[in-house]
Amino acid sequence: MTTPMTGLDALPLLMNLSHTQRAAVAGVSRIETYEPGTRLFEEGGLADQCWVVLSGCVMIDTVVPPRGRIVVQSIGPGELVGWSWLVPPYRWHFGATIVSPTRAAVVDTGALRALADEDPALGYQLSLILINALLNRLQATRMRLLDLYRNPS
Amino acid sequence: MTTWVPTPYQVVTRTVETHDSVTLALRPVAESLPRFLPGQFAMLYAHGVGEVPISVSGVPDDGTLVHTVRAVGAVSRALHDALPGTVIGVRGPFGTTWRLDGVEDLLVVAGGIGLAPLRPVLDHPSRRTVLVAGARTPQDLLYADELAKLSDVDVVLTVDRGDHDWHGRVGFVTEPLASIPLDPDRTTALLCGPEPMMRFCARTLLGRGVPAERIQVSLERNMQCGIGLCGHCQLGPLLVCRDGAVTGYPTAEPLLLAKEL
Repeated sequence: MTTPMTGLDALPLLMNLSHTQRAAVAGVSRIETYEPGTRLFEEGGLADQCWVVLSGCVMIDTVVPPRGRIVVQSIGPGELVGWSWLVPPYRWHFGATIVSPTRAAVVDTGALRALADEDPALGYQLSLILINALLNRLQATRMRLLDLYRNPS
Repeated sequence: MTTWVPTPYQVVTRTVETHDSVTLALRPVAESLPRFLPGQFAMLYAHGVGEVPISVSGVPDDGTLVHTVRAVGAVSRALHDALPGTVIGVRGPFGTTWRLDGVEDLLVVAGGIGLAPLRPVLDHPSRRTVLVAGARTPQDLLYADELAKLSDVDVVLTVDRGDHDWHGRVGFVTEPLASIPLDPDRTTALLCGPEPMMRFCARTLLGRGVPAERIQVSLERNMQCGIGLCGHCQLGPLLVCRDGAVTGYPTAEPLLLAKEL
């Protein structure tokens, strides 16, 4: 189900944007709801949107023969799904599936890049938001690499 | 007497939690020890093998002692393998407690076996409580059935590696911490797990505006005497058996960064 985006003021992820800037981002976004099992995107596909999860859960995966589809990460409420639209060749590096009833703000990333090009102040703020989210994920991935919960530690 | 000489307790139940962890319920054979509080630990003595510090993972009103033991070395393996009827020596209670007076919203963050010392604070919470717990795999999650039944705690579970039957989160505990709804002006956070995990979780919470004074961590060192005399558990200015294990983050932060003390 799709509904037009009317505002992003409640999203903590975008709290550092001004009301005007949030309105601009809302103009290139919409709200969608998804049923469990919905495939959001496939590895190698065109990356032309991203999602901010409002409720529910999305799994990021890749195929590892012969183990099948392996989940490498899950994304929950308040978090961002999709980075591959940021840099060429704009192709998804992983796949994504909805695992529980999910509501998300879907952003047209081509239009978002155009907005950022036109308004460097917005572009700068968006860059900070994306870098912060990327840093959180990079650091969490490094923590997982440490295998901290193994026995013996 | 209670601090130096082990008091005999008998294993009354042994619940297998994971492939390497069990929860033991202990009842006094004769004399009982003073009541333990959440966050405190006991020195558990496996006869003929040795003694190790184990936090309480339950504090029932009837004087039963509850400990969750992970088999890591010879002593913890012997305790892990103790069947009902086995007599174990117990010294304690030792150490500091989770400080809950005046707490408004409670955020409990646990990693691996670190969930055990935090389990008592999840019993019948009288305030808004959120639990974020991480484990290596779904099979390594402690108290999974019990957590599923907690109706008055918001539970977020995440594992480092999922499997085809796992429909919860895959990732590190810092990720939900960065995005879960919380009011930094009302939140007190209790952290227990590997020290790097606690460092990163604390930084995430500081970044969200939770004051360092309202973050508590549980430290672990080589506790032996339990009363601050032998010095084996010294960590900078602290004797962890006496001044910890539960420590305020402002005190713990510089010590957590020390390579060796």
